[in-house]
Amino acid sequence: MITLQGAAKRFANGVQALEDLSFTVKRGEFVSLLGPSGCGKSTALRLVAGLLAPDAGAVRYMGGKPEIGFVFQDHTLMPWADALTNARLPLDLKKLPRREGDRRAAAALARVGLAGFERAFPRELSGGMKMRVSIARALAAQPQLLLLDEPFAALDEITRNALGDDLLKLWREDGLTVLFVTHSVSESSYLAGRVLVMTPRPGRIAADIALPATRDSRLAPATIEAQRLISGALHTAIAT
Amino acid sequence: MKRLLDILAPLAIAALLLAGWEGAVAHWQVPAYVLPAPSAIAKAFSVNFVSLMQALASTLAVTLEAFVAACVLGLATAIAFSQSRLLERMFYPYAVILQVTPVVAIAPLILIWVGFERINLALVIIATIVAFFPILAGATLGLKSADFNLIDLTRLYGASRAQTLWRIRLPTALPYLLSGMKTAGGLALIGAVVAEFVAGSGTATGLAWRIVESGNRLEIATLFAALALLALTGVLIFAALSLLEWWLLRRWHESAISAS
Repeated sequence: MITLQGAAKRFANGVQALEDLSFTVKRGEFVSLLGPSGCGKSTALRLVAGLLAPDAGAVRYMGGKPEIGFVFQDHTLMPWADALTNARLPLDLKKLPRREGDRRAAAALARVGLAGFERAFPRELSGGMKMRVSIARALAAQPQLLLLDEPFAALDEITRNALGDDLLKLWREDGLTVLFVTHSVSESSYLAGRVLVMTPRPGRIAADIALPATRDSRLAPATIEAQRLISGALHTAIAT
Repeated sequence: MKRLLDILAPLAIAALLLAGWEGAVAHWQVPAYVLPAPSAIAKAFSVNFVSLMQALASTLAVTLEAFVAACVLGLATAIAFSQSRLLERMFYPYAVILQVTPVVAIAPLILIWVGFERINLALVIIATIVAFFPILAGATLGLKSADFNLIDLTRLYGASRAQTLWRIRLPTALPYLLSGMKTAGGLALIGAVVAEFVAGSGTATGLAWRIVESGNRLEIATLFAALALLALTGVLIFAALSLLEWWLLRRWHESAISAS
């Protein structure tokens, strides 16, 4: 679905965030982009979304640019708008009729378990619920590609696990393609079908680890084995 | 109960001060042309009630027109600045110059240019200049304060500049704009009063002119009555704008939520 080829990005302050970054994400995959803080993971995600242009190399979409949903580390909700209006933002921007927008936004909220909270304002919701609204907003435009930038980093472990399970369910049900940026080995080992391990800045792909599909819980032997594999690769990536 | 105390406490102080004032004037037999007793001021107020109210209406009209003009111009300029950094770089320094130049110094020029036959327009322009800057500064800061990620999101969905402005930037700017408006409301009144002072005899009909006139005639009680009316007007403008601010922000902004 998407290919990065030799992508490089240097910021105005002279920091070389990415150098020769190449990877491919296929349709229907759940890929985790894992690396130490400041390795350019978020920059890579912004390149994929088309929010940044690479200095060198290319970002290619197979079969045209897909509809993209983006979830940030912070919930990034509009504090002046209720949950329904927040989830409806992509549809409003696409100038969908209001009723159709309301219907789809309400359906998206229901899918993330927030039916009945349509009129609640962000400040009335917990951190986990705000993140759910943020995910509903990304889903409202019915994306083919869902990009998540450390979405659960600011949440407690119980909320994080619940949201992770919900994300897996959404991925299975919708046939989404997911690219998930994280610095958590345990999150990657359970959620992703493939893990791309990045080096410290400037970020390149150090390892591309395909994981078996049969990890039905966070404590399954396959998950633990995946953690061992990923940790090893990450250790090597940081050491070199 | 606490609310009641909030209202009663300042009122009690006012009553105490007025009683002391009344007593002091009577005791030391202060001449009325130096300091009239509160009772004399109240009497002057009731005797001149109709003319004072007419003067108030005149000053209030100038104030409100100037306030509305400052809001419209300030917000429009801020929006223009938010759409073009170049425009902001070119014109912001001049807005600052306009702000720091004492209005009393510009006022005679404006009166001459606009002409005494259109005195009301001249007064409104002068008061607008005074009230303009806080609106511009507040709105400019507010429009710039939009969450970068939200802006990125609008880009992701291919939003137009107008959509981003309307859906993200303007709502973000609202608390900043309202704060600027609270300052501008008081400044519009000050601007109107200053403009009347400068315009001087025969032309102006507002409260400021009543103050000048009463002073010249040594009708100090009437002067005090006009002064009290001005102060009250300023307080009411501030209260009205605070109420508007609370009403618009009550559902989402920290400032309004902690205050309610």
